[in-house]
Amino acid sequence: MSIDTETARRVAKLARIKVEEDALPALAQEFNAILGFIEQLEEVNVDGIEPMTSVTPQRLKRRVDVVTDGDQQGAVLKNAPDAREGFFAVPKVVE
Amino acid sequence: MTELNKLTIAAARDALRKGEVTSVELTEACLSAIDAADALNAYVHKTPEIAMEQAKAADARRGEGAGVLNGIPLGIKDLFCTKGVASQAASGILEGFKPEYESTVTSKLFESGAVMLGKLNMDEFAMGSSNESSVYGPAVNPWKIDDRNLTPGGSSGGSAAAVAADLCLGATGTDTGGSIRQPAAFTGTVGIKPTYGRVSRWGIIAYASSLDQAGPMTKDVRDSAIMLGVMAGHDMKDSTSADIAVPDFEAALTGDIKGKTIGIPKEYRLEGLNDEISRLWDQGAEMLRDAGAKVVDISLPHTKYALPAYYVIAPAEASSNLARYDGVRFGHRAKLGSGDGITEMYEKTRAEGFGHEVQRRIMVGTYVLSAGFYDAYYNRARKVRTLIKRDFEEAFAAGVDAILAPATPSPAFGIGEVSDANPVEMYLNDVFTVTLNLAGLPGVAVPTGLASNGLPLGLQLIGRPWEEADLLNIAYSLERSAGFVAKPSKWW
Repeated sequence: MSIDTETARRVAKLARIKVEEDALPALAQEFNAILGFIEQLEEVNVDGIEPMTSVTPQRLKRRVDVVTDGDQQGAVLKNAPDAREGFFAVPKVVE
Repeated sequence: MTELNKLTIAAARDALRKGEVTSVELTEACLSAIDAADALNAYVHKTPEIAMEQAKAADARRGEGAGVLNGIPLGIKDLFCTKGVASQAASGILEGFKPEYESTVTSKLFESGAVMLGKLNMDEFAMGSSNESSVYGPAVNPWKIDDRNLTPGGSSGGSAAAVAADLCLGATGTDTGGSIRQPAAFTGTVGIKPTYGRVSRWGIIAYASSLDQAGPMTKDVRDSAIMLGVMAGHDMKDSTSADIAVPDFEAALTGDIKGKTIGIPKEYRLEGLNDEISRLWDQGAEMLRDAGAKVVDISLPHTKYALPAYYVIAPAEASSNLARYDGVRFGHRAKLGSGDGITEMYEKTRAEGFGHEVQRRIMVGTYVLSAGFYDAYYNRARKVRTLIKRDFEEAFAAGVDAILAPATPSPAFGIGEVSDANPVEMYLNDVFTVTLNLAGLPGVAVPTGLASNGLPLGLQLIGRPWEEADLLNIAYSLERSAGFVAKPSKWW
């Protein structure tokens, strides 16, 4: 499996990271180095093996379905790059 | 008493209890050491005002009822959210972020009376093994043998450098693939990664949630036992934190390991393994045997596949965890051009805010989770993870109490010496440590000797799940036998 420039461009787009056109070939090459390393996994016989979902065999704890937190609008917005009138502000999303 | 910053946590605690020293004196000693050590770039946000305030409060509450760490000055890795104090994960994307809340671990430390000296350098989002991928620039190892500046390892490089250079009595670290144990080994300090679930992850900036675990980094094994006891425990705010009683780790340090069985995994004897580390490993086994343990050869057949599995699972989880850095809720937002919409905002913000290695891992993670590759990469890696864990379970079922292995494949290397162009070369640093994260097991790095070039070398002990007390006791025995006392001589 070899990653070409086009695949690198697609992955960058999916990850929402802007990569300049002239940086794509080097990026593709780095991906290939990493994926080449990862491909060793193909040597392992994994027939009948369950993929791990939890490293410690424990049940997730449940709690009563009640509100335990809230009324923290000020704290939530405190670090926002742009907050107005109690909301996060972003560029126009829909025309 | 001079040079109070050089005390261990245990020594300082005892002196505080006897009234021989105050927390203010300890804290002032650390703060002046920190100010004289900017060349190490260990502290990236100093908090002297908070420290002095906490130290005075600790002195006021001294005596009955004071917490285990009352008055003890600590450094905190930049990955921990600390209320009102910059918590950036060494990333440009969290520039200016000051959390409105306190992580569970730092809350527990403060409730116990600990003093925070400042935030410590690290690899960006804990992704790295040399502290070079930090927006603050690399932390520097206090150990030096020639003109070169050496790496303190990573990702908890600032923590390791600060502990080794006596810029604190102890520090917090986090470990996703070896980020506590490798820097500890590179700096002649002790660090333990607990069993997954032992310490709450709440308020620790996430890298790979199924692997991340916080732990102490300290000057000796006893200090790790003391600090872990405070950091550990169930937390409703972390659904993966275990509701299991926390034993008195310090009380477990008897040094008596008679009858314990120590496994030596043959697969860790890599081809071309550094001779000195190989020899040190043999010596470590001999020390444990002399202390009354039975040393047996064991096999962990899937060891070779741990690193490749890690480099699927960790980037996959990172790509999901780091999706939250979008320029909307906190941290950096790129300046936008006219006509730029929300997609351009995301893409420019993430390109500007994330460093190269972080971008690379997010994209690798995106790729292995994308349609058509999910089964081939991600699911296969999770199956291999099951097999890696099974290897350990079989060894433990056969009666092994702990496993002895090297901590790193080499002593500390020079900053800039491992090429960025081939990321796999850097990844190989974690070859001995990453298996434990995949299996969720506790592991501790113990300084055991010096290389011929004068740099510290560490060995790693791997324990059964939830048996940190037993593991620390074996580490304590190894520490006593090795008698490692070397310290870096001050050049900074």
